[in-house]
Amino acid sequence: MDIFDLSGLFLSGAWGTLRLFLLALVGSLALGTLLAAMRVSPTPVLRGAAATYVTVVRNTPLTLVMFFCAFGLPILDIQFASDRGLNSFFYASLALSAYTACFVAETLRSGIAAIPVGQAEAARAIGLSFRQTLSLIVLPQAFRTVIPPLGSVVIAMLKNTSIASAFNNRELISAMRSGIEIRGDMVITILIATALIYLVLALGLGRIFDLLERKLVILR
Amino acid sequence: MIQHTSEQRPLVQMRQVQKFFGDFQALKDIDLDIQAGEVVVVIGPSGSGKSTLCRTINRLETIDSGEILIDGEKLPEEGARLAKLRSDVGMVFQSFNLFAHKTILENVTLGPMKVRRLPAAKAKEEAMALLERVGVAHQAQKYPAQLSGGQQQRVAIARALAMKPKVMLFDEPTSALDPEMINEVLDVMVTLAKEGMTMVVVTHEMGFARKAANRVVFMADGQIVEVAEPEEFFTNPQSARAKDFLSKILTH
Ligand SMILES: Nc1ncnc2c1ncn2[C@@H]1O[C@H](COP(=O)(O)OP(=O)(O)OP(=O)(O)O)[C@@H](O)[C@H]1O
Ligand SMILES: [Mg+2]
Repeated sequence: MDIFDLSGLFLSGAWGTLRLFLLALVGSLALGTLLAAMRVSPTPVLRGAAATYVTVVRNTPLTLVMFFCAFGLPILDIQFASDRGLNSFFYASLALSAYTACFVAETLRSGIAAIPVGQAEAARAIGLSFRQTLSLIVLPQAFRTVIPPLGSVVIAMLKNTSIASAFNNRELISAMRSGIEIRGDMVITILIATALIYLVLALGLGRIFDLLERKLVILR
Repeated sequence: MIQHTSEQRPLVQMRQVQKFFGDFQALKDIDLDIQAGEVVVVIGPSGSGKSTLCRTINRLETIDSGEILIDGEKLPEEGARLAKLRSDVGMVFQSFNLFAHKTILENVTLGPMKVRRLPAAKAKEEAMALLERVGVAHQAQKYPAQLSGGQQQRVAIARALAMKPKVMLFDEPTSALDPEMINEVLDVMVTLAKEGMTMVVVTHEMGFARKAANRVVFMADGQIVEVAEPEEFFTNPQSARAKDFLSKILTH
């Protein structure tokens, strides 16, 4: 196998990582927002449920969450696709989303706390419902104030996609392992190349968050 | 201009309202009727419950007993009916509370579009007319932080008026303003009062009370101590508490 084939291997590995990352990004932002909304809701049951979820899942190692998804869900006969590889992909995305959502929710909650309560009162005073107040006034501003810490959460998640390699997923780490098996003479090069790809992806993400922060800044 | 209902019932009725914060009673035996078109100024020392009274009228603050009726309808507990009722009660806060991430125009059109389901074009047209009326139309595309306090408060009034409320509540609307900006806000309020808007105004601005109010409600320790016409109240207060309070604010 020559360098050309290796780079092809890495390219498909990087795509595998990106795919996992993108689906888990959507999933964790959606679930995290829902959890944060539940935590500020006037209904005690919702608040309690969200707090419990965050406490339990946040304090469970991600590897264990992956085990629950990859081995627990099949036992419960929960399958997302007939193709085994695709099924593993969905299990890993679900695990990443469920886990990262806790951190998104906690970050967002600190953002919500930073929005003056007077604005929420003014929103209710013109007749907006709790949901409208949250979705139109509070959350848009909360998101903007937490863009930098949210960036850290998202970059952590990018790196956490690597755990999926142990659960039948084709991504960067599994590509790296195949590369090492085939070209034992190039171990150091392959390790460094892998690290560089993560670095490029993470720096790219950081750049996107910097741009978002600058573009969405709220004058106060 | 003032729309009289056939039976002339008060627009706002408060009956034996009690409000506690923990063990502390912030409102005691509040009975107050406000007629359509009437302007009531609420005055009293700090901590006497003026803000709390104001905020119970649109249920930003819940009450522990008694009842509050708006246009004959009891304030609903929660949910869509409460939201609907709130949309009929405008509120202006001491700290303006404009939506910081929305432009001035969006601040005013949001309620009509999301609550009243007005089409965007119609909402914008009405909002611009209101902004024109309060003298900030040329700032429509700016964000709240780019405006002076006086301008922000006038926008807040426009935002409340955009819902076409039956009654407007003002909680110390000029207290956070630099002195030179107080009059631009009071002028808007006086005009509103002259046009027949029903208003409850917590303020220490005696000029406004004299010019625009029908009644002054004096509060102390969570109770309504005295109710009188403005001139009567300021020149000839009856209760010892009111005399004491007026002597303090008049010497300044
Ligand atoms: N959320 C709250 N929790 C506990 N106590 C409260 C709360 N809000 C108000 N209070 C208390 O209730 C009393 C009345 O408060 P309120 O804000 O209505 O007074 P006020 O007349 O508006 O005073 P000010 O002129 O200072 O604005 C005060 O003693 C205040 O400390
Ligand atoms: Mg007050």
